[in-house]
Amino acid sequence: MSRIGVFICHCGENISRTVDVEQVAQAARQMVGVAYACDYKYMCSDPGQTLLKKAVAEQRLEGIVVAACSPRMHEKTFRNAAQGAGLNPFLCEMANIREHCSWVHDDRAEATAKATDIVRMLVERVRKNKKLIPITVPVTKRALVIGGGIAGIQAALDIADCGHQVVLVEREPSIGGHMAMLSETFPTLDCSQCIMTPRMVDVVNHPNIILHTYSEIESVDGYIGNFSITIKKKARSVDMAKCTGCGVCMEKCPQKKIPNEFDKNLGFRPAIYVPFPQAVPNTPVIDREHCTKFINGKCGVCQKVCGPGAVDYEQQDQLVVEQVGAIVVATGFKLYDIGEKPKGSAIKGYGEFGHGKIPDVIDGLTFERLASASGPTGGKIVRPSDGKEPKQVVFVQCVGSRAREKGISYCSKVCCMYTAKHTMLYKHKVHDGQAYVFFMDARTPGKSYDEFWRRAIEEEEAVYIRGMVSRVYQKGEKVVVMGSDIAVGVQVEIEADLVVLATAIQPRDGADTLAQKLGISYDKYHFYSEAHAKLRPVECATAGIYLAGACQGPKDIPETVAQASAAAAKVMTLFSKDKLEREPIVARVNEKYCVGCFACKKVCAYGAVEEKEIRDRQGNLIRVVAYVNPGVCSGCGTCQATCPSKSVELDGYTDEQVMAMLETL
Amino acid sequence: MPHDFEPKIVAFVCTWCTYAGADLAGTSRMLYPSNVRVVKFPCTGRIDPVFILKAFQKGADGILVSGCHPGDCHYMAGNFHARRRFAVFRKLLEFIGVDLNRLEFSWVSAAEGGKWVEIITQMTEKIRAMGPLTQFTDLADEEQWSGALGNPELKAVYDQV
Repeated sequence: MSRIGVFICHCGENISRTVDVEQVAQAARQMVGVAYACDYKYMCSDPGQTLLKKAVAEQRLEGIVVAACSPRMHEKTFRNAAQGAGLNPFLCEMANIREHCSWVHDDRAEATAKATDIVRMLVERVRKNKKLIPITVPVTKRALVIGGGIAGIQAALDIADCGHQVVLVEREPSIGGHMAMLSETFPTLDCSQCIMTPRMVDVVNHPNIILHTYSEIESVDGYIGNFSITIKKKARSVDMAKCTGCGVCMEKCPQKKIPNEFDKNLGFRPAIYVPFPQAVPNTPVIDREHCTKFINGKCGVCQKVCGPGAVDYEQQDQLVVEQVGAIVVATGFKLYDIGEKPKGSAIKGYGEFGHGKIPDVIDGLTFERLASASGPTGGKIVRPSDGKEPKQVVFVQCVGSRAREKGISYCSKVCCMYTAKHTMLYKHKVHDGQAYVFFMDARTPGKSYDEFWRRAIEEEEAVYIRGMVSRVYQKGEKVVVMGSDIAVGVQVEIEADLVVLATAIQPRDGADTLAQKLGISYDKYHFYSEAHAKLRPVECATAGIYLAGACQGPKDIPETVAQASAAAAKVMTLFSKDKLEREPIVARVNEKYCVGCFACKKVCAYGAVEEKEIRDRQGNLIRVVAYVNPGVCSGCGTCQATCPSKSVELDGYTDEQVMAMLETL
Repeated sequence: MPHDFEPKIVAFVCTWCTYAGADLAGTSRMLYPSNVRVVKFPCTGRIDPVFILKAFQKGADGILVSGCHPGDCHYMAGNFHARRRFAVFRKLLEFIGVDLNRLEFSWVSAAEGGKWVEIITQMTEKIRAMGPLTQFTDLADEEQWSGALGNPELKAVYDQV
């Protein structure tokens, strides 16, 4: 390519102040292959782009270098302009002489010399650039949502309301997640069940939603627009088509003393059960670990009493394959189990707080169940040990959170607010009770949040003590909390009836395994990573996968819902086209030279490299070579640097282009 | 203050972290020596050690390879592959007698404009003190000579040398 145009931007004065743009243009005219060079005050402006297009036509330019700001800023602008002028957009490159030159150097001569060097590099590069055609892939307009908490429900409903099918997969027997467990929600104190359960019913009634509860993701294949998902439906032992949800089986089950996980083990449930009365779907599941029939075969009552004959002890796990074009991951969180040090973890645990040993030391979710009208106590706040009403309750914040020395340095974000809520709920139910809160900082950014927290102190008379708790121990009936009050500088000891620990929010167990199946990245705590913290907060770096809710980081309900709707909007953007256009920066294999060692396959993080058989006309296998699926390839180029025979090339970053740039040094 | 020797430093960076970090240094108007020339790649995983040799051959006195922090790679694991590759490559360079101070690896995230400035400044000062790297440029001259040996006159001259 020998007719390249170089356009040097002044960027007002941002570039021309330190770089002698005319001199750079002068130097550019002498460069090999440059047919035209000019400078202009604002290349990105409409007249600037017109100038560029005119020059392409008049000078019959075959390639363009725009020396201006960072390509991260305006590469798209100028490539569009090039396309408008009839050039392939990938024949246009930007030389970054603003962020990387004029803004960071003050010596005019040095900056001008550097700008000239940068332009020369890019001119050499463009000389080796090839026309690239965007890749089109078909889009399957169905979405998968993983997780049936409020995030997953919101995303599923939004996508389904737009007329697309959604496959919603939930690990537990019922959707609802953590929000269904909450009593009332801050800062409005509206009942969680009252706002949550109608959404759950909407899901099960929605014609566009296919619900798989008690199911898990087995494997994920494919790429954006074309995923193939294998879902394991665990054996419920109850035929969902036959069950009417009458509940007789649960009444008659002789096993009645199994701790109820949904109630944080405060209440009991039978072996055939629904997690909570408002469960969706309202179909029981048999807990095979605790069911007498499965333990020793000596029962079978539920099958006998079931009118429609829905109970099926022979049911097996089932694998279902679903084709989808986009995935929303909304797997939520768990609470930090603080009793002991988890195996193989950097997290140290809080044995000194007696959680798990002292019955009246509970976590925030257990308190939610105690305060919930549908909870095991019917909303009466009592001590788990003796059922008495606690008169003094100590709330401890930041248990696990913001404790670098214990292994978690992040803030769990919702505890300040829910603890303030807890003190209110407590005061509303135990009028003569007193709530104490040990806290480090009260973090209440959010609409009406700080007012809410102030109300807990000013109207509900919660005593906030700034300081940490060092030890919690049982003394007779009481639980003694030892802590410090750093505002006054004294040690504090409170003889409490109940202690509530605001434990840290952590990603679900198995978050890492799921991430590996999906091919998405996660941080050291196993929270999923978004593509860009600010500009792409709901997208994964892996195309076609989006995040919603606390699986990405601690979040409250409004934020979770907002993110879920945002993820749904992103899915809808993807589904708005029949064909998907992708940047053609992908690797290509030269089959002539490929020896089929598949080193590239080993390093590819996306599974984009496939084995391709080359056969002769008779169908005899000649050899096996690598093939890069352009729909899956993300264009990192690791395969090219790895290939021993140099038979993979990454379009847009070929060896030829890089070497040409280095030749200018 | 003018110096006797201004080193040429080439930075091979990934577009997602270090290139963006260098952009941030720009938008924050931080000042650093103008000795560095940046070559952008999608990922450090794309950087072939041959590029480093080529840059040395073309007169680079110091080379920086920089990408996303471990675990932050936009392509999930490209920087891990790069890290392995360059751990081995450094051994090779050491073996052939290149001072390893001339080749630096670092992680600079998109938020670390300050770190970018610090690395470039320190590297420039360090390599300025070390002086030029001639080993590879000499080799390049030799290569050019040997390439031209098709001419019998030149070959005779070369053989005499």
